[in-house]
Amino acid sequence: MALSATLTRLDESDYLNCIRCGLCLAVCPTYRVYKSETASPRGRVALARKGLEGDLELSPNMAEQMYACLDCLACNDICPVGIRPADLAIEMRQVQEQINPAGWKQTLFGGLIARPGRMEAATFPLRVYQWSGVRKLVYSLRIRQLLPRQLRDLEGMLPRLPRRPLRKVLPEVTPAQGESQHKVSFFLGCAQSLMFADESAATVRVLARNGCTVTTPKDTVCCGMPAAGYGRLDLLKDHARFNIDLFEKTNPDVIVTDCATCGSKLKEYGEILADEPEWAERAAAFSAKVRDISEFLMSIPLEKPSGRLDARVTYHDPCHLRRAQKVWKQPRTLLQLIDGIDFVELPESDWCCGSAGSQLITHYETSTAVLDRKMDNLKSTGAEMIASGCPGCQMQLTTGIKRSQLDVKVVHPIVLLDQAYANGKKSQ
Amino acid sequence: MNSTFIAELVKSVGKEGVLTSPEDLAVYSYDGTFEEHCPDVVVLPTSTEQVSQVLQLAARERIPVVTRGMASGLAAASVPFSGGIVLCLTRMDRILEIDQENAIAHVEAGIITAILQAEVEKVGLFYPPDPSSIRHSTIGGNIACNAGGPRCLKYGVTGDYVLGLTVVLADGQILKTGGKVIKDVVGYDLTALFTGSEGTLGVITEAFLRLTAKPKFAHTALVEFNSIAEASQTVNAILTAGIVPATLELMDQTAIACIEEAMNLGLPVDAEAILLVETDGQEESTVLREIETAAEICRQQGARKVTVAKDETERAALWKARRSVAPALARRAPNKLGEDITVPRSAIPEAVRRLKAVSAKYGLPIVIFGHAGDGNLHPNILFDKRDPAQWAKVEQMVAEEFDIALELGGTLSGEHGVGTLKRPYMQRALGSASVALQKSIKQVFDPLNILNPGKVLPD
Repeated sequence: MALSATLTRLDESDYLNCIRCGLCLAVCPTYRVYKSETASPRGRVALARKGLEGDLELSPNMAEQMYACLDCLACNDICPVGIRPADLAIEMRQVQEQINPAGWKQTLFGGLIARPGRMEAATFPLRVYQWSGVRKLVYSLRIRQLLPRQLRDLEGMLPRLPRRPLRKVLPEVTPAQGESQHKVSFFLGCAQSLMFADESAATVRVLARNGCTVTTPKDTVCCGMPAAGYGRLDLLKDHARFNIDLFEKTNPDVIVTDCATCGSKLKEYGEILADEPEWAERAAAFSAKVRDISEFLMSIPLEKPSGRLDARVTYHDPCHLRRAQKVWKQPRTLLQLIDGIDFVELPESDWCCGSAGSQLITHYETSTAVLDRKMDNLKSTGAEMIASGCPGCQMQLTTGIKRSQLDVKVVHPIVLLDQAYANGKKSQ
Repeated sequence: MNSTFIAELVKSVGKEGVLTSPEDLAVYSYDGTFEEHCPDVVVLPTSTEQVSQVLQLAARERIPVVTRGMASGLAAASVPFSGGIVLCLTRMDRILEIDQENAIAHVEAGIITAILQAEVEKVGLFYPPDPSSIRHSTIGGNIACNAGGPRCLKYGVTGDYVLGLTVVLADGQILKTGGKVIKDVVGYDLTALFTGSEGTLGVITEAFLRLTAKPKFAHTALVEFNSIAEASQTVNAILTAGIVPATLELMDQTAIACIEEAMNLGLPVDAEAILLVETDGQEESTVLREIETAAEICRQQGARKVTVAKDETERAALWKARRSVAPALARRAPNKLGEDITVPRSAIPEAVRRLKAVSAKYGLPIVIFGHAGDGNLHPNILFDKRDPAQWAKVEQMVAEEFDIALELGGTLSGEHGVGTLKRPYMQRALGSASVALQKSIKQVFDPLNILNPGKVLPD
């Protein structure tokens, strides 16, 4: 069997058609760090082709080149031929996984991440670490400084975790304030529930304030992005089927998420399950309803906040929002709706921050090199806050700010809108 | 390649600068063409001294050295058919100085041309050459191929901006030519000799580049024609009217359709040809008057519609379109072979006519676009290389394209270079006296024939 047959979402033309023009090198963050063809999209396409055609072994080094891709999708966007080097890198991870399956992925993505309850249990020690005062102790005794750089950066990445996961706190149904105009189902992502609970609580408040009856299904499982990123398309499909089934029961007008990554995957369910007759139609219907929070708010008559929020704010485009969902104007418009916000564009705002899910752990050197450039750009804006609607980006930016010793707050755009509403109430 | 030699390379450039895995060798096997051949080792130096050491080692062992930047070349000039060392200069990408008083930039060879441009423009200066690969090619590569681009009509080609070079010779000696002077007639013009030498005479590691004042204003017009003949005649009408536009670009219907398919810019897909005319300068009124005059001439010549870009966004969109033509063609066929024949300006209408006739004769599409203002056309044959019958036709068609260029008093290549692909036609284009002399020059510079062997000159 030709290896190309193990490709699922792409086919031969996705590598055969590469004309090697080199345009993708100009936009690739890993190429910019290493200035080597091996770290470029064109290089990865060439390797995929040689691997699939049998000219090169699917060696650990070949797999590593595919895992070195940040999957920021910049190459997909610029390719004039229409091939998708980033998608090909992800596909190659899946090909590799079929040939040489790794057991830990089943445990992590199939066992742990797929079960919200287990995730909550597993992250319990982290909550204890923060809330019991141990973290404070670590900081005040400067123990953190003794950690190796990478561990210190990873520790610094953790936001202040909620005492309880939001999943356990949010009501099943949050009624609209005033007359209900929209029936919204809220897809509460894992990271949002476990780490950025305040943001998602704000999302639900803002939705309700703007005439939405918000249902939050409690049994949602992971959107599937981590599994897909590690070559487990099968698990992604499992997650997709489960979530589709779950949300059909609530029968919403729209499905809203405030996580860029979740949004990008949920919108792909239609494509991912297109070949499964019993699911294709349902998946397409599900995906068609998915909206990022900023995208949705900008499509309805949104109440302009009467409160002010005085701050110089910049915005970082999550790749999964700007490239995967083509949503980039809406969050900017949303921020500029708030009186007092002095909005300033971030240079290279659409370049990846280096998070790419777990890249700070798995590819520390690349991830921090990409991040440091982001910090230089951030410094040049003089902003007091940087907004970005993605938990991965937020954690990475927080790490970068600590590394570069900047005084900038990382926020989700929705939190600023929620605050402006609150400030309006106060001033009345 | 033996491990002692690799160890010596590592000693010279460090571990990160020497790549030997099968994956690394595979991705350094190609350029912007469909040709490929793996090198034995890839070396990424970070200084001229390191390049010198690598060449000393290579000379001692008689190992070929193929220099490259970002490998966007279209003539297979940097494909290492001879194996050996690929010397990739992308990590030598510093701007050493921007001398504002003398308007000169001193840079390392590996800097990306667009980055250099952006940096000098920050201080009001201007580096005009603008190959379509501007964001994914290096100054070193631009110099080694004497790259052109749309703006060359008014501003000249890369070579017109090179004042001096640092070159590592085949035995590792470091040579400096020229410098921060505009005029220099002492001795032979070695700077010019290295420019366009495609890595066969030495390794260019640094350059002094002449800069000019950044034009403050530019206006771009999109001109639609119902016939490509009218479009190509209009080119001459504009140029003989005393206007020197910064650019005068021609695109035929297939080219327009391919871009539109890729980018949805609202280009007129039913026009048989379009011209992209841009005027620029320091005075708004002059620039505007020139674009209006050009527009008027176009109308007189039969243009069906002239649209002047209203703002910078519209203008940028037009240029983005132009830069994407070549790669966008790949949507139409698995392979394309683009040449860049150049003819005297007055012969453009005839060249276009004959190229279309070749296409009709063999039944394969030839898409025509290019820098019509300076007679530099890019006929691109679209085909499927997997079909041997098509490939045989393509080879004959290319030969006929070159015949057309030579018969009309033109040349094989205006800006891509000779590399491997045009070598078979060199004898015919230059004649035996010129080829023999050039071979003697190569012999003097590279007696061991280790610098990009088998390129440019015929055997």
